Amino acid sequence: MHDMTLTELARALEAGEFTSRQLTESLLARIERLDGELNSFISVTAEQALAAADAADAARARGEAGPLTGLPLALKDIFCTQDVKTSCGSKMLDNFVAPYDAHVVEKLKAAGTVSLGKTNMDEFAMGSSNENSHYGPVKNPWDLAAVPGGSSGGSAAAVAAGLVPAALGTDTGGSIRQPAAFCGITGLKPTYGRVSRYGMVAYASSLDQGGPMARTAEDCALLLSAIAGHDLRDSTSVARGVPDYRAELGASLSGLKIGLPKEYFGDGLDPAVETAIREAVKVYESLGATVQEVSLPHTHHAIPAYYVIAPAEASSNLSRFDGVRFGHRCDAPTDLEDLYKRSRAEGFGDEVKRRILIGTHTLSEGFFDAYYKKAQQVRRLIRQDFMDAFEEVDVLMGPSTPTPAFDLGANKDPVSMYLQDIYTIAINLAGIPGISVPAGNIDGRPVGLQILGPHFAESQLLNVAHQFQQVTDWHQQRPAFGKENA
Amino acid sequence: MALEPQDVQRAAHLARLGLDETEANRYVDDLTRILKMVDQLQAVDTDGVAPLAHPLDATQRLRADEVTETDQRERFQQNAPAVESGLYLVPRVVE
Repeated sequence: MHDMTLTELARALEAGEFTSRQLTESLLARIERLDGELNSFISVTAEQALAAADAADAARARGEAGPLTGLPLALKDIFCTQDVKTSCGSKMLDNFVAPYDAHVVEKLKAAGTVSLGKTNMDEFAMGSSNENSHYGPVKNPWDLAAVPGGSSGGSAAAVAAGLVPAALGTDTGGSIRQPAAFCGITGLKPTYGRVSRYGMVAYASSLDQGGPMARTAEDCALLLSAIAGHDLRDSTSVARGVPDYRAELGASLSGLKIGLPKEYFGDGLDPAVETAIREAVKVYESLGATVQEVSLPHTHHAIPAYYVIAPAEASSNLSRFDGVRFGHRCDAPTDLEDLYKRSRAEGFGDEVKRRILIGTHTLSEGFFDAYYKKAQQVRRLIRQDFMDAFEEVDVLMGPSTPTPAFDLGANKDPVSMYLQDIYTIAINLAGIPGISVPAGNIDGRPVGLQILGPHFAESQLLNVAHQFQQVTDWHQQRPAFGKENA
Repeated sequence: MALEPQDVQRAAHLARLGLDETEANRYVDDLTRILKMVDQLQAVDTDGVAPLAHPLDATQRLRADEVTETDQRERFQQNAPAVESGLYLVPRVVE
């Protein structure tokens, strides 16, 4: 069961090959056996999962099952879940039990899914390796010496290891696509505003976006149809109808115009990754697509702009964690200022403090125009680059990451770590959707192909990814980890 | 631009983030290198370019000025470290 996709599991449940309870028990047992080594979960909610599975089986028996009824998944620990700890990977929220569900959690519950628990993540979604969690680093099931990527590394590792068939992640600068690439799974960052951020702990509000992580584009389509849609409680949520993404997966790629941004194939790209990506593009040509080079001239300014905008927003969003209302509070504070300063000093980890300091500095008097305003102007130029490119081509393709997964502990310099997201960050600044699909393997570590489209082109991206997965088998490859424990 | 320890302490104070001298010194080098990377932006010609705060270039919409949330204070305060009579308890500031 653990090797099946969501779509295959749905068919098996429908056919009565097993029940949701049997499936849930099987995966919970697998998590129990394997996750001690992987560390992909922060909380496993076995009791609630079994209750949800029983409810799903009962609904099916009454003839009330929908496409997701009884299907197991996991949630990044950034999504608030009623009566379950929502830590966001931080000591600050280690004792926080959310009193409500995030919008996407409400939707998944209503669809009859079974959450097995909350997955590990970089603290407050800040990181590109999943080494910044208060709960310790997650390991990559393809190679336990490697990182799974961040910040949705727990979700990616859990799916890759067959602990769950799918999970939700969030993507502020690549945090769905980069770990999906490192772990050999499929991950979609939807258009900004497509999925409500209500109940998703905020890192950088103008960049954050939740999305699905699964084995196939078809599974991502199934999940996106369930979680997308307008939510009045999130003022940035877009009022726009939600297609049945899975039903739109059949279109031919004949005549598809693919753009290869020349800036995505320059210095810093591992030649083996480039070879894998160019081989993947050839597959598309064999399916009838045409390929041309395009330019995104402001690409190399994306990381500097991001590291002004994201920390600035983070410094504001994280100001709510002050030791007063919920979360970590220091012992015996002498006065209110001492309460704030010590609670925050004790509750936040190094990378979070670093970004709060950068954000506060760049927003402070005398620096605002030079940093924040400038970065937002550059952001418009970056967005315009994409708009211009999509006048010429239907989709853009390139590597998701410059290298395969790197070793745990190998990248200690923050600036070097930030450069890992060089191909993913600009997409968040522009708000466009992007998907990473498995497209190769270098010395046992997966490679991701990134496909980008204009705003709200999720149907097209999912179909383009799906067609690739109809004629290749990269998405079907599984790590050796856990095979003996099938 | 190069930062000094007092710049880091200033930002830490503004952010109400307690840092001792050793920690502040530890962040100086990291933050200086990050700001050096960020300084590349100064080379970009942005004359006449309007800042983009919302990636869809959308204007923040307003909702009707109506109560939409029910009072759940008691439930929410179950998460608080200390409360009394519906108020959050914090250390005394004025003796």
